[in-house]
Parts: sequence; structure tokens; C-alpha cells
Amino acid sequence: MYNYLDFEKPVQDLELKILELKKLAENGEAVDVADEITRLEKRSRDALRDLYKALTPWQKVQVARHSDRPHCVDYIKGLFSDFTPLAGDRNFGEDQAIVGGFARFRGEPVAIIGQEKGSDTTSRLRHNFGSVRPEGYRKAVRLMELADRFKIPLLTLVDTAGAYPGVGAEERGQAEAIARSTSACLALKVPSISVVIGEGGSGGAIAIATANRVYMLEHAIYSVISPEGAASILWRDTTRSKDAATNMKITAQDLLELKIIDAIIPEPMGGAQRAPETVIAATGDLIARTMKEFAGANTDFREQRREKYLAMGRSL
Amino acid sequence: MNWITNYVRPKINSMLGRRTDMPENLWIKDPETGEMVFHKDLESNQFVIPSSGHHMKISAKERLKFFFDDGKYEALDNPKVTQDPLKFRDEKRYTDRLKDAKAKTGLEDAIINALGTVEGLPVVVTVQDFAFMGGSLGMAAGDAIVHGFEVALQRKRPLILFAASGGARMQEGILSLMQLPRTTVGVDRLKEAGLPYIVVLTNPTTGGVTASYAMLGDVHIAEPGALIGFAGPRVIEQTIREKLPDGFQRSEYLMEHGMVDMVVSRLEMRQTIARLLKMLLKMPGEQKPLEPEILPPAVVAAETRPQA
Repeated sequence: MYNYLDFEKPVQDLELKILELKKLAENGEAVDVADEITRLEKRSRDALRDLYKALTPWQKVQVARHSDRPHCVDYIKGLFSDFTPLAGDRNFGEDQAIVGGFARFRGEPVAIIGQEKGSDTTSRLRHNFGSVRPEGYRKAVRLMELADRFKIPLLTLVDTAGAYPGVGAEERGQAEAIARSTSACLALKVPSISVVIGEGGSGGAIAIATANRVYMLEHAIYSVISPEGAASILWRDTTRSKDAATNMKITAQDLLELKIIDAIIPEPMGGAQRAPETVIAATGDLIARTMKEFAGANTDFREQRREKYLAMGRSL
Repeated sequence: MNWITNYVRPKINSMLGRRTDMPENLWIKDPETGEMVFHKDLESNQFVIPSSGHHMKISAKERLKFFFDDGKYEALDNPKVTQDPLKFRDEKRYTDRLKDAKAKTGLEDAIINALGTVEGLPVVVTVQDFAFMGGSLGMAAGDAIVHGFEVALQRKRPLILFAASGGARMQEGILSLMQLPRTTVGVDRLKEAGLPYIVVLTNPTTGGVTASYAMLGDVHIAEPGALIGFAGPRVIEQTIREKLPDGFQRSEYLMEHGMVDMVVSRLEMRQTIARLLKMLLKMPGEQKPLEPEILPPAVVAAETRPQA
């Protein structure tokens, strides 16, 4: 069954009613419900459209974190062939919060690095809910250097609540690992594309999201701290998360306006979780257009990337 | 006029570079031992408590004064940036918080860049002042740091950065996060030019600041007992639901775990950094070079050899 978000209650009521009527009709317990079903379906479609047309930032936070949203592995499955995952930081361990390797995108080799949250208890634990430890960032650095050496463009898929805050992570230099990873993104001579597919959680995200082009899904969020974290620090009141979400400007629309991201990938009505294939295909098309543009350009991608970041915020 | 106004007043004012001339600042309590120390003794010891070695927080201006030769330096103007780009407010308006911080510290934001010499070596020094909104990193501080690196690059000087920060300036949202890659560009360009970049981690340095320029130094030096880490201890405690070990995320712990090269007392900071930089830059050291007569003859320049 579909996992409804709290604010989707009106749609949920209508959709459950439709299901109920359909079941009655199937069992022959009700007749002539076809018209009623059609009417309800239109109403529920309209209700869904109206909700998603005007999502508040806090509602977008819920959508961005929705458990049925396509995750990194779904994009990899949907868009690439020959995906060959590579593992380990050659130093301490293998962190599966980062999935990475090489694959073919419409025939051409690409390097992929993405954060994976997992989709059931087993896979969530295996991927540590998408919260990356230092080994994950060091693996990312390794893959970036490998991509650069073989002149293969990089695609990163960003979806994390944040880097993992734990004793072991601190012990092994979480901060240094993130800093090195951001620096590795900036050092690439090959072009890079980053797509925030769900949550872009602070330093944990920027470590792999520093790219020539940064895109966001329509209902994704990208932020320096979670709204809950900001509420507890700035308002000293965790119930103020809604205000924090609004005031911190964390939506794709806000970030496009602030010129932090380059484009927004539209989501199907009701969010990516309602039609994963549609949003995965749209993402693929934008990646293809960008790759084509890169291939035809005579650009120093490292210099372009550096200047792009230095220019950020200077023209506001 | 009495002995207090004559003798004590100017010292209090200079102590933190602030207008907090409260008489209780006359004596300062060592947070570790509870011992009361006369501020004059403390100032002459760079605010390191003589008996316990506890390093107190100091302002950016004091830091510069203690670090440069004869306390002399030239502070650079910081680039102008948009204040309050998000029109942010929490319990208070961000613009009001900025106003308060400026009044309290006499600074424009959390960063000062300065030019000067340390043991005769010309350097650029970037200092973060924790008193300005927890040394937090926003557009103004980020741009100032980038500027510091650019000046060091233009003048071909090493850069020494004293970090002190709670992390991101949350009131600037995503723009604060973007200071991580922006400052990293500055670091990378300096390194490419073959110029040394020394980071001094002071109490406290946490969050996004450690996840960027503060952990990308050629050499990392920490002041004793400083709190240094990515996630704050409270966040970690909430995540793992257990008490953290003693000394966790302190300088000595970081050194033990390979994250800093050395833990150095503030009183020895100048000498340590100057000694290291002069070697990295292949400049003559303090020790006299070996006397020519003890060198093998071939090393003695031809013209100084006695002619046959």
C-alpha cells in the first residue's frame, strides 16, 4: 500500500473510498458505481494536484524524505548499463552509504557516486540510512581520482540526511574526509554533474555535490542543517521546524533563485514516489543533454567549477 | 583618581578589546582548577593560565598582537558582501544579531586578515574570532577567507590560519554551506602555487569549518585542550545515547588519532611556525651555518681558497 504523508490526508480519504467502491463492484455488492468512481477519481486527482502545486517548504521536507521515493540504486538501475560497483577506501573499510563505480550511460562510460538510504530494514542498516562515514568519503575521493585519470565524466546522486555523527566517525576524521572529498570534487579536470534526488544534508552532501552542474528534483531539499536541527539551535524549540524550513530557504525553487543550483527536474504529480520511472527518465534526459553540451565544449572544467563557486552569493 | 583607575583601567580595556570594564574581570578564574589569576599576569602570559597551562579564548586582535613580531601588523580590508541575503529571522532578526555582534566585538564579521612578519618572515595571517557569533562561517567570513588566500597568492607568502568556530552561520542557510567549497578553492590555489598553508586549531573548531579549510592545511597545529570535531558532542551523545569518553575531540585526542601534527602551547606558537615555514621555504635557520674550516675543502668556494 502507498505510504501517505500526513498532509496527504484528503487524497488518502478519497483514494481509499475509490478502492472500497471498486472492491464492492468486483464482488457484485454494488451496482452502477462506475460514475461515482470516475467522479471521485477526478476529485482525488484535483486534490493531489492542488496539494503538490503549493507544497510548503516543510511539506517538501516530508516528500524529500518519503520512503517510497526512488533512491540512488533505482536511478542506477534505470539509467545505466554495465554498472560495476567498486568498493573500499583502501585504508579502513567499505562504507555502503556511498554506492559508486563505473557504468555506461547511453553507451558512454561514466563514473557514478551516490548516497543510498536503503528501502527496507536490512538494506537501510547496510547503507546506514545514507549517513556516510569517513570511509565512504575516502572511497568517493578514490573513485573521483580514478575517473579523472581515465578522463571519464562524473555523476553524483545526493541523498543524505547528513554525514554520520558517531564516535568512530570522529575518531577516523569525519571532518577531514569531507574536506578532502569536496577538494577532490573541485580538483577534477573531467566535467561533473550532481543531482540532489532527495535530501541534500549539509557537509555530508556538499562533499559529493560540488560539481560543474548541480540539479535538484522539484521537491528535493538542500540545506546547511536539518530544519529540526536549526529549530533546536536557533529557536531552542524543536516544534519550530516548519519556520526553520521556510526561513532557511531549502527548496529547489529557493536555491535556483539564489543561483546555487542550475536547474530543477520536474517531478510527476504527487511527487517522485508516485511514478519513479517518470522522474528517473526525466533525470536521464537532463543528464544526456548536459553530457552532450560538455562533450561539445572546449572548457577548462576545473577552472569553470572554481569560478562558479567563487561567484556564488556575490551577486545577491 | 585612585590606584585602581590609574593602574587597572587600561588593562581591562585592552584585555579583550571590548568595552566590558567590569571590575570582576580584574581576576580571572581558571575553569579547570578554579584558581583565581590576576589579569595582568594572564595578559603577559598570552592568556595561558601559568599554573595549569589552560588556554583561554582570545580575540582575533589579541591573537594578531601576540603572533606578529613586536605585535605589529597591517589589517586588510575585507570584501563587501550582501548582509542578510535570506532576510532571515528566528527569535530575533539576523540583522539585529549582526548589529549586536559588531557592537560587542568592534569587528565587521568573524574574520581578520593581516600582513606582518613572524621572526622576520613575511606572512599572511587569517584569524577567526569566536566572539563574533561563535566565529560562524557566512558569506562575509567566507569571502574574507578567500581574499586572504588571494593576497597570500599575489604576494607569494605563506598563510597561517587560526581557526575558531562553532561552524556554519545558520542564518545564511545554503549560502553558509557554499563557503565550504568556496574557501577550499582558496586553499587549493595557494597549494598549487607551492606556498605553505598552516592551520592552527584553537578552542573550539567544529562543524563546517573543520569540514573545509581548517582540515586542509599542509600542517595542522592545535592549541592544548581545544575542542575540535565535525559533529558537536551533544549531537553525538544524542545519536549513540551514551556518555562520551573523557578528552574526546580534544587536541590531544586528535593528535593520537592522526588528525593533527602537533599540540603546541600558545607561548611557543610563533617560534614553532617560523621554524617550520623557514624550512619549507628553504630559508636559513636560526643556527649559525657550519664554519667553513670544518667543511671538506671541495665545499669551500674557489675564490676563498688560498692561491698557490
